[in-house]
Amino acid sequence: MNVHDPGPPGDSGLTVRDLAVNYGPVTALRGVSLDVPRGAVVTVLGGNGAGKSTLLRAISGTLRFHRGGIGAGAVAFGGRRLSGASTSAVVAHGVVQVPEGRKVFARMTVEENLRAGALGARDRRAAAEARERVLTLFPVLAERARQRAGLLSGGEQQMLAIGRALMARPKMLLLDEPTLGLAPMMALRIADTVREINAQGTTVLLVEQNAALALSLAGHAYVLEVGRVVLSGPAAELAESDEVRRRYLGIGDDRDEALLSGAPSIRPALTRWTA
Amino acid sequence: MTTFLELLVNGISIGAVYALIALGFVIIFKATEVVNFAHASLLLVGGFIVAKTHESLGFWLALLLGLAGAAALGALIEFAVIRRANVVSHSILAIVTIGVDIVLTTELTRQIGTEVLALGDPWGSEVLHIGAVNIPLARIAALVTASLVIALFLLAFKYTNWGIAMRATAEDSETAALMGVRRGRVSMGAWAVAGALAALAALFMCIFPTPGLDRTVTATAMKAFPAAILGGLDSTTGALAGGLIIGVTESLVGGYQSELVFLGRGLGDVAPFLVMIIILLIRPAGLFGTRELARV
Repeated sequence: MNVHDPGPPGDSGLTVRDLAVNYGPVTALRGVSLDVPRGAVVTVLGGNGAGKSTLLRAISGTLRFHRGGIGAGAVAFGGRRLSGASTSAVVAHGVVQVPEGRKVFARMTVEENLRAGALGARDRRAAAEARERVLTLFPVLAERARQRAGLLSGGEQQMLAIGRALMARPKMLLLDEPTLGLAPMMALRIADTVREINAQGTTVLLVEQNAALALSLAGHAYVLEVGRVVLSGPAAELAESDEVRRRYLGIGDDRDEALLSGAPSIRPALTRWTA
Repeated sequence: MTTFLELLVNGISIGAVYALIALGFVIIFKATEVVNFAHASLLLVGGFIVAKTHESLGFWLALLLGLAGAAALGALIEFAVIRRANVVSHSILAIVTIGVDIVLTTELTRQIGTEVLALGDPWGSEVLHIGAVNIPLARIAALVTASLVIALFLLAFKYTNWGIAMRATAEDSETAALMGVRRGRVSMGAWAVAGALAALAALFMCIFPTPGLDRTVTATAMKAFPAAILGGLDSTTGALAGGLIIGVTESLVGGYQSELVFLGRGLGDVAPFLVMIIILLIRPAGLFGTRELARV
């Protein structure tokens, strides 16, 4: 699959161009560009503070909740500009985010959480169809419909968070670390689900710290470091590259050797720590 | 025993009215995290509109206008003040509402002057006799109407999309926004509903046995504040329980005041606040609240 194929004009996926984001005086993203073609799964890797969540906030229009703003650049989906739009307009355009840490409405029931997910789309019949699809994908949500969401296990909460987002019938799903804090089996289960959602036609942008899992899912990958894209390419190629293997997959040379031969930027940091 | 029953029914009736006010407090707090000190002025506006229009429009139409007017004023305060005020802390917004309250109340008390305005309600001063128990018809009307409205409100809060959007926003406004919920609409809706509830409460606070609407009604309305606080500022159940507790306490203590004369007079007015303090000492977040008031 050629992930660089932009698709037919007017039907392009998500494009991010030269995006810069600030939280007051702090710059979180500098000149980030990336593309998610329609129907693709693209992943963004990076450590804590690399700017992954900031990127998703800029796309979904939730920066203002964190006193941040877009300094430069633009985000568009299907040819429509999303940067500057309200969060509800972004949702109405079919771009829906599953927040990091699941964020289910703990005091509401599973059923009510799913209804909340459909609030952006006012079409009742469409909501009923979406509900059907979500319950087929996650039968456990039907079993627990009347339970408070706060009482679900972590994996079930993640399923609910994804199901809730699907209730809005998104064309594109933004996933922020969906496997964070889950048992390995459950992480694989979530990965399978993401594959299935994508197979049903939803474009996926996946932000992950679990690089191995993310690279196995995605067609194309970007690596963010301190607010910049430092690497990008087909996921399979990145998974083979030494740097990604060493930094994000934890495979490769011996640690000490990695330190000695590795990026020089690590050394001053180390001396500072020990000084 | 008869006296006790009369006092109890009266207490429940006035408690249901306090609960209307407290519910408004609670939904504004849930939707916007603002403690609305301008609530008494919403109430005053609602009552004032009814008092001024019932002669020309008839009572029911005037009541409708009063409800709509207070709702519109609530929405206006949200739109013009709360939404614009780009402040860091919600306690600052609470103080802003004190300012709004002072402006509105000053103007309205100037308009009312020293008059006592009748609201033209159809219940008048009739008294219902059930056995030996005598209850003013107006209090029964208050009890029935307030119960119906509260029930309707709680059902809507639980089952409608409006209620789900409200609760989702109250729990996590950023995540609710990710569902496409428009925060501005939710908070404006909360202020409007709170205004209408306050106007309804104004009606029942100013009819028999109260002589009518006068400038002191805002002080009476502030008794709903301990009701909301002791129930828990973020709990609708709490508002209900708090309202009833305050109403019954006030009524019983006021009624038996002659036997409590060693504590001084006017105990009925003080008792609600005493109850609030005692409950807060034991449960700082209120009976049903989840957030401690330090948050305010």
